[in-house]
Amino acid sequence: MVGAACALYAARAGLDVILVDRGPVAGGTTGAGEGNLLVSDKEPGPELDLALLSGRLWADLAGELGEAVEYEAKGGVVVASSPGGLAALERFAEEQRTAGVVARTVVGDELYDLEPHLAPGLPGAVHYPQDCQVMPALAAAHLVRASGARLLTGRTVTDVLLTPDGAVRGVRTDQGDIHTPVVVNAAGTWGSELAALAGTRLPVLPRRGFVLVTEPLPRMVRHKVYAADYVADVASDSAALQTSPVVEGTAAGPVLIGASRERVGFDRSFSLPVVRSLAAGATRLFPFLSDVRAMRAYLGFRPYMPDHLPAIGPDPRVPGLHHACGHEGAGIGLATGTGHLIAQALTAKAPDLDLSPFRPDRFPVAEESA
Amino acid sequence: MTEQPHLAVIGAGPAGLAATVAAASHGVRVTLIDSAPEAGGQFYRQPAAELRARRPQALHHEWRTWERLRDGLRTHVQAGAVRHFTDHHVWYVDRRDTRFTVHALFGPEQEEPVEVRADAVLLATGGYEKVLPFPGWTLPGVVTAGGAQAMLKGTLAVSGRTAVVAGTGPLLLPVATGLAAAGVEVAALVESADPKDFVRRTRALAAQPGKVAEGAQYAAQLLRHRVRTLVHHTVVEAHGAERLEAVTVAALDADGRVRPGTERRIPCDTLAVGHGMLPHTDLAETLGCRLDGLDVHVDDEQRTDVPGVWAAGETTGIGGSALSLAEGHIAGRSAAARLHGTEPDPGEWAAAAKSRSRLRAFFAAIDSVYAPPAHWTEQITDDTVVCRCEEVTGGAIREAVGELGAGDARTVKLLTRAGMGWCQGRVCGPAVAGLAGCELTPSRRPFARPVPLGVLAAAGEPEDD
Amino acid sequence: MRSPLELADARPGPAFTVTLDGREIEALPGQTVAAALWTAGVTSWRTTRGEGRPRGIFCGIGVCFDCLVTVNDRPNQRACLVPLHPGDTIRTQEGTGHDD
Repeated sequence: MVGAACALYAARAGLDVILVDRGPVAGGTTGAGEGNLLVSDKEPGPELDLALLSGRLWADLAGELGEAVEYEAKGGVVVASSPGGLAALERFAEEQRTAGVVARTVVGDELYDLEPHLAPGLPGAVHYPQDCQVMPALAAAHLVRASGARLLTGRTVTDVLLTPDGAVRGVRTDQGDIHTPVVVNAAGTWGSELAALAGTRLPVLPRRGFVLVTEPLPRMVRHKVYAADYVADVASDSAALQTSPVVEGTAAGPVLIGASRERVGFDRSFSLPVVRSLAAGATRLFPFLSDVRAMRAYLGFRPYMPDHLPAIGPDPRVPGLHHACGHEGAGIGLATGTGHLIAQALTAKAPDLDLSPFRPDRFPVAEESA
Repeated sequence: MTEQPHLAVIGAGPAGLAATVAAASHGVRVTLIDSAPEAGGQFYRQPAAELRARRPQALHHEWRTWERLRDGLRTHVQAGAVRHFTDHHVWYVDRRDTRFTVHALFGPEQEEPVEVRADAVLLATGGYEKVLPFPGWTLPGVVTAGGAQAMLKGTLAVSGRTAVVAGTGPLLLPVATGLAAAGVEVAALVESADPKDFVRRTRALAAQPGKVAEGAQYAAQLLRHRVRTLVHHTVVEAHGAERLEAVTVAALDADGRVRPGTERRIPCDTLAVGHGMLPHTDLAETLGCRLDGLDVHVDDEQRTDVPGVWAAGETTGIGGSALSLAEGHIAGRSAAARLHGTEPDPGEWAAAAKSRSRLRAFFAAIDSVYAPPAHWTEQITDDTVVCRCEEVTGGAIREAVGELGAGDARTVKLLTRAGMGWCQGRVCGPAVAGLAGCELTPSRRPFARPVPLGVLAAAGEPEDD
Repeated sequence: MRSPLELADARPGPAFTVTLDGREIEALPGQTVAAALWTAGVTSWRTTRGEGRPRGIFCGIGVCFDCLVTVNDRPNQRACLVPLHPGDTIRTQEGTGHDD
C-alpha cells in the first residue's frame, strides 16, 4: 500500500515511476490488513500529525476512487469497560483534541444509539468521527492503476546498485537491472532486507497479527469498535502475545475481528490460543457474535519499529535511497501522507511535516542489532 | 487414561472404515468421527434409517464390500474397541507435541462443541466435486453429479423428472444409471472426453479387468434405459428464468473448442454436472502436512510428514473406493504397529500394497483421459457468475487480472471477493485459477468449516487432567 | 413411473406436516429439508444477497452452502444436512438470513 501511494504521489509530482514487487499487488502485509485509517489510537506527536495529513489526502482520493476502494468514513468508537477506564480515555481524548482530533464522549443511550448491539451496561466510550476504512488490497491496486506507473510484479530485487562513491544507480532484479538515481524502499515488513542490499540498516521486525472473518451480516457493527486496552497494546514494546478486541463491520458484509500482536518472526502457523482470545474478546463486546460463525482466519506481519514510528525520507548514509516503511499496523492509513512526503522529498520541495522524527538513521547501532 | 493407544480416524468412508477395522483388530482404541448420520462416506452413503429402505443395495455397487465393512465396524463397536461418532463435523485438529485434539461440532446445526483427544490422527476426509462454470449454472435445478447421487442415495429424492448428466469423469456413468433406475428420464449423458484418448490408453485401462467389467455393466444399463450418450460434447449454457428449463449442448472440435453450428437444445428440469473430484485437505494443511499439488503427501505406510498423522483415501489423491480401501487398510495397520512402538512389517499388507499400486496406475490413466474441454474458460461469459457465494462474475475476475495486476488466485480473491464467501472458494477455486491463468493450488483454511464464535472463544481450554 | 422410494423398497413411517413460508408440506421421517422440498416440487428456497437470485441444492453434501435456509428461526442452515421433524417451520431465506 505504501509503495502504491509513493508511486501515485511521485507520478503526480511529474516523476517517471517503476514499481517493482517480488509478489503480486498487495501480496505482503497489505493483503492481510483491515484497512484502518485511524486517528483514535494515536497520541499527540509525529505519528498523529502524519495520520491527520493522511486522512485529508485519503478524503481527497475518495473523491476519485472512493467507491472502488470501498472508502467509508465510518468513525471509531473506543469503549471503556470501567468508570476508571472511561476517565482515562477522556484524558487521552482531551490531549488528542489539542492536536486537531475530533473526539466526543458518549455515554448511556447515546452510546447504544451509535452501536445498538454492544454488551449492556458499559460505562461509556469516545467517538472519533475521523476514523475511516478502505479495502486495502483494492486501495493498493487502484492507486497503482491511477499512478500510471510501470508495474513489474513477480520480480525480485536482488541487489541495490551503487556508484563507486556509494550513491544509488539502480536495482538488480532476477529479471534484469533497472537504472535509476532514486530508489524508494517501500518493502514494508521486509524493509530491513532491502536496506541491507543497499549496505545500510533499518530495524524493521515482523509483529504477527491474526484477523477473524465472520459470515456476512447486515450492518450490526457500524463503526470500528475497540476496547480501550487496544491503545496500550499498540504502544507496547513487548514481544509476548497481546490481544485486545477490535470489531468492525464491512461494506461486503462480514465482521472483521482483531487484533493480536506478537513477535514470533515470520511464523505462518495457525494458533488456536490467539484466535480463541480474539473470539472471546469480540463476544464480550458484542454478545450477539457468540452465535455468528467465523468463516476464516488469516494472519499477517506488521512492520514493527522499536520506537513505533515509520522510516520516511532520504537515507543520509546512501545518497539516492529513500525509505517509506515500518508503519507497523497503520500502513494503510499512513500510506497517503507517506507517499505525499516522499514525493515532496524527491522533488526537493519543503515537506508538509517535519521529517526528522522519521529519519531512517535515527537508531543507535546497539538498538539495531537487538 | 487407559493403557491402549488411541487413534482418531476422521471420515467414515471406505478409507476411514478400512483403517478403523484394521487398527482396531490390532489392539488400538479407535474413535471414528464422521459428519454423516450413518457410516459409508459418499460412495456407500446410506439412506436415512427412518426411511427404512429394505433394498438399499439397489442404489449401490460393490454391496458385498460394504456389508463386510459395516459388519466389521459393528463388531468392533460392540466389543468396545471403536467409538463411532456420527453427525460430528470436524473443524480443526490441534497438535501439541504428541497429543492431538480433534475439534468437532455435533448435530446438523453444527453448534455444539465436542473435543476428542488422541495419540494419533488418521485423515480420511475424502473429496468433493469440481464443477467448472458456464452460463446458467447457478439456476436451481443445476446440481453437481455427486450431489444428485448423494440426494438419491441418502434421502431417496430426485429434483425432477427429466435430467441431463454432463461434464467429464467416471462418476457420470453411475449417476446417469442411478437416476434412470430411480425413474428419472435421463435425456442425455454428455461427456467431454474424446473417445480417441480412451483408445490411446487402452492398455493401462484394460489392466484392471474389474473396472472394464464395471464399465461394460454401466454401458448395458445406459442402453436398457435408452440413455443417449454424447461423447466429446459439452454443455454450453443452462436456460431458465427462476429454474432450469433446458440446456444447450454442443460438440467439441479436435482442439477442445465448441464446434459452431452443432448446438442443440435439450429440455430438462435437472442438470447433474461434474468435472472430476478434488481432495479435502484443509485439516492436513493446517496440521502442517506437506501437500503434493492438491493431495496430501504420504509415504508407503500412508504416513504424512507430520509425526502421528496418517492419511488415506481421496485426500491423498482421487482414486475411487477400491484404492481408498487399500490405503485405509495399510494406514490402519501402520498406525496400530507404530502406536505400539513397533516397526510395521509391510509383508503383512502386501496384497493391499499391490492393489494400491495397480489402482493408482489405473486412475492416472483415467485422469489423462477424462478432461474438461481444453478451452472451458471461453464458455465463461463476462456476466457468468463464477463465485456463487459472493456473486463475482467472470468479467470482474478478468478485470482484476487484466487491469489491476492480479496474476494469481489469491490476489483475484483480494480484489474481487471471489472465494471469500461461505464455501471459502471450494467451488469457484478451479475456475478462478483458470481465469487467472494459473494452476489451482490449495487454499489455507484454518477452519475446515464455519465455527460459531462462542464455540471458538472456549475451544481447547486447558484439560482438567 | 418408478420412484426412488420404490427402487430401494423404502417403507418409512407415516408422513408428517411441516411448513414452508406458512404453506403446509408433507415430509417423511428421515427426510432432510432439501429432500422434502424436492419431493414437494420446490427447488429453490433462498435468494442471494447481491442480486436476489434464487438458489437451492447444488453440491448436496454440505460443501457449497448454496442451499442455506432458515429452519425454526435459525438462519443459514444447510437444507441438504438438516433432517425434518413434525411441525418444523422452514422459511425462504433472503440475503444474509439475519434481520437488521
